[in-house]
Amino acid sequence: MTPPRPTNLPATAPDSETTTSSAATEHVVPAGIHPASEPTIFERSRPGRRSSRLVHDVDVDAALAGVPAALRRDDAPPLPEVAEPTLMRHFVRLSQRNHSIDSGFYPLGSCTMKYNPKVHDEIAAMPAFARLHPLAPPSVTQGLLGMLHELQHAIGELSGLPAVTLQPAAGAHGEFTGLLLMRAFHQERVARGEVESEPLAVLVPDTAHGTNPATVRMAGMRTVSIPTDARGGMDLDAVRAACAEHDVAGLMLTNPNTLGLLDERIREIAAAVHEVGGLLYYDGANLNAIMGKVRPGDMGFDIVHVNVHKTLSTPHGGGGPGAGPVAVAERLAHLLPLPRIVQHPDGHYDVVDHIDGSIGSVSRFFGNVGILVRAWAYVVTHGRDGLRRASELAVVNANYLMELIRDVLPPAFDRSCMHEFVVSAGDVKARTGIRALDIAKRIMDHGYHPPTMYFPILVDEALMIEPTETETRETLEAFAAAIRSVIAEAESDPQTVITAPHTTLVRRMDEARSARQPILVDPYVSERLPAAT
Amino acid sequence: MPYAPATADDLRHMLATIGVDAVDDLFADIPPDLRIGRELDLPLGIPEPELLARARAFADETIDLSRAISFLGVGSYDHYVPAAVRAVVSRSEFATAYTPYQPELSQGTLQTIFEFQSSIAALAGLPVSNASLYDGATAVAEATYLAEQTTGRSELVVLGTVAPQVRAVLHTYAGAYGMTMHVVDHDPETGLVDPAKVAAVLGDDTAAVVVQQPNAFGLLEDAPRLVADADAAGAVPVVSADPLSLGVLEAPGAYGAGVVVGDGQPLGLAPTAGGPTFGFMAAQQQFLRRMPGRIVGETVDSDGTRGYVLTLQTREQHIRREKATSNICTNQALCALAGLVYLSWLGPQGIRELGATQFERAAATRARLLDVPGVTAGPGGSGAPVFREFLVELPVDAAKVVERTAQDGVLAGWPAAAGWSTLGNGALLVAATEQRSDDDIERLASTLERAIAEEGR
Repeated sequence: MTPPRPTNLPATAPDSETTTSSAATEHVVPAGIHPASEPTIFERSRPGRRSSRLVHDVDVDAALAGVPAALRRDDAPPLPEVAEPTLMRHFVRLSQRNHSIDSGFYPLGSCTMKYNPKVHDEIAAMPAFARLHPLAPPSVTQGLLGMLHELQHAIGELSGLPAVTLQPAAGAHGEFTGLLLMRAFHQERVARGEVESEPLAVLVPDTAHGTNPATVRMAGMRTVSIPTDARGGMDLDAVRAACAEHDVAGLMLTNPNTLGLLDERIREIAAAVHEVGGLLYYDGANLNAIMGKVRPGDMGFDIVHVNVHKTLSTPHGGGGPGAGPVAVAERLAHLLPLPRIVQHPDGHYDVVDHIDGSIGSVSRFFGNVGILVRAWAYVVTHGRDGLRRASELAVVNANYLMELIRDVLPPAFDRSCMHEFVVSAGDVKARTGIRALDIAKRIMDHGYHPPTMYFPILVDEALMIEPTETETRETLEAFAAAIRSVIAEAESDPQTVITAPHTTLVRRMDEARSARQPILVDPYVSERLPAAT
Repeated sequence: MPYAPATADDLRHMLATIGVDAVDDLFADIPPDLRIGRELDLPLGIPEPELLARARAFADETIDLSRAISFLGVGSYDHYVPAAVRAVVSRSEFATAYTPYQPELSQGTLQTIFEFQSSIAALAGLPVSNASLYDGATAVAEATYLAEQTTGRSELVVLGTVAPQVRAVLHTYAGAYGMTMHVVDHDPETGLVDPAKVAAVLGDDTAAVVVQQPNAFGLLEDAPRLVADADAAGAVPVVSADPLSLGVLEAPGAYGAGVVVGDGQPLGLAPTAGGPTFGFMAAQQQFLRRMPGRIVGETVDSDGTRGYVLTLQTREQHIRREKATSNICTNQALCALAGLVYLSWLGPQGIRELGATQFERAAATRARLLDVPGVTAGPGGSGAPVFREFLVELPVDAAKVVERTAQDGVLAGWPAAAGWSTLGNGALLVAATEQRSDDDIERLASTLERAIAEEGR
């Protein structure tokens, strides 16, 4: 039986403007391009075309009169020349070649693809926020500062760590900021004579996201990898041994961890690290499981970053913009980046550009304000009751879905999960040769985005599934049925699974070719680039 | 419960299927003494109209650029955003998609990134580009990390005319990965950095030279010479360019820049109190495998149909972990899309006209302000070509004047002493985009004149 065609993808009827036609040879589809492909905006370019104007006629040469010839550009850059109707049709057609949370289920583990409320977009578009200049005097930006200050408080309360910066632009940026705070903390200890030299080793579990070790390196520190124990938690003996052996600056951990499991021995882990003077860094990737239930600060963490594009439901944007605020314990507050938003005793807000001890700036202004405004709206709409409920329902949905598929795709660890879970297709592969990748590709033919694949690495043929609280029971049941049918098909008709997807606009891509002979820029541009001097 | 659809019936059914009695049973792994044990100290949730009312109440306490005339710049500018840009980026098929890990379901996002890379390459005059970075400041920092990793050298030479906010971020980053930063100050007469002074500090350990063009005073550095000298010293020449200037100013790739970076805010993004914008990076071919962030490449599928994928991922954190070229994962995809639509809307002729207009508006504003009693030209004098932004000297404290004019609905500029210790407190950095009419300039001049008089009293 052929599964239904995914509804989020358009019919492949080619655009009349791009099909071959004897009357208009300039509109012939370029050689080698499937008619279902959308030409690039450069392929749509025709000399002399343009959209509406942005300024009146201007005498370019007169305006540039004083500019030395060597600094002038003689030829305009090879940007596309298109009229606005062509431009709109091009981008709307491209938008239709996407899966999105507004068009379908997106159970990508560790990515928290929950629904993004539309009212947030309306608030973010208000001129008071969208058209505000970051360097306008605080006397005319009190409203924004007040809103951001409220968000700082909410993040401080959610995390149990009261001092907050909103500056980092993404989770990884928050991690970088957090590790710089860790370094600054130890540098102060060195300055006070409490330790002889700055400790630089960071303990990172082997299940950690790749950003953790990459950030450690960028922050000028060193990763010590800690193995996972039989329960899926961090190996406590290994933590203790590492604390004895290395110059431990701290530990990075997400709890619940990347297996969707809560490390119940976090207290012992925290004690071991604190005992040697280290700090605990909480990777907030999985905060969606625990809002209003348990707080990183109460678990013993000193520094946390929050992925607001996950937990606080700001749109992912096809890969950003996000925001990664960082919260810290009071004793680290003075180290936070600049500028900082503070409230004076008389109630008015201010922007502080200098604080002794601060690590400095990690981005130009306040951070991704357009995103932070949406996060504020999420927190305010939900309130203390709604935030807790969101986490509870995220955990219920994950456990329910795990239950519905556990007999065909067993969980990597047999215990209740938090907001996400990892299953292994290892048995399926042994039995049928069908890999996690094939299951992921075939699930697309049922209209779903696949789960995260092959992460964490220590689980054989891993599929990591995170449904979030905003999905209905019916969606979870239909997805489970689709998974079950794919697993059944792996036995009955493996060839169909191995060659999936069959109904998407493109099939499996030749990724090796893209790396071997990289085409990263449209030939229209490459052919017109200046020869370097 | 907002946005979560589970009913009481659903919940009963789901818990029974899972085999637990209550929701809290699923949280049994949390040691009881670690649980919060109380409600969060936050208000209860509110209905949607009340949320909007609360947002409006905050909004009423700001004076944004729709209620003021802005001559404020310093990396965030009041440019016109074509309606088509907003129309495209507000499509939720783009806005609510994730990073395009599964190419079969993400051709839309992937192709826009490919076209974005192509547009940035076109502006920079360089063969490769990435899918965007957080902002212009972190893009400079990432370029220096690339330089450090490529050259194995640990010193950084930065022109003092790089925007102060960018220098601040660079200082934070460079310190983290152990680079020493030498800042070469500008000449107080010309407002430019003397290439000979830069050459004097170049050495065997210089990993990169960072030049901003046009510089933070809107003036034009001798970038070709600075780039050539850096290259000759074996350092990576990094040019931080204003993308809107690249229709009329020479492509840095054409004069040998190794890496070109910058901030995309002028390309169709509202100021939004500083973010989100996007950073961009283009580079010479030799740096391709050291580039940070996502890169999209063209390929074919199993039927031979053309398509796009994330490529060269062996550079990235999720594969290489501690050996990655950067820790960046999420970038600013939707903002980069705005930039692409903006550049496509503008086209080659449009970007030339708009670039020329920035020179024209800045010159007109400067000429008018120099007629205001007590106002004198800043470094560079009254005649040097300036791109959108320029310095003037007020006879009184610029910070106080700016505070006064803001109350009159005129954001007169930025008191520049905050960014350069060499400037006095009368220095004012003024930006005039294509949105500033002759009437706006008159209003700035008269408001400034009044504020200076009041402040001088």
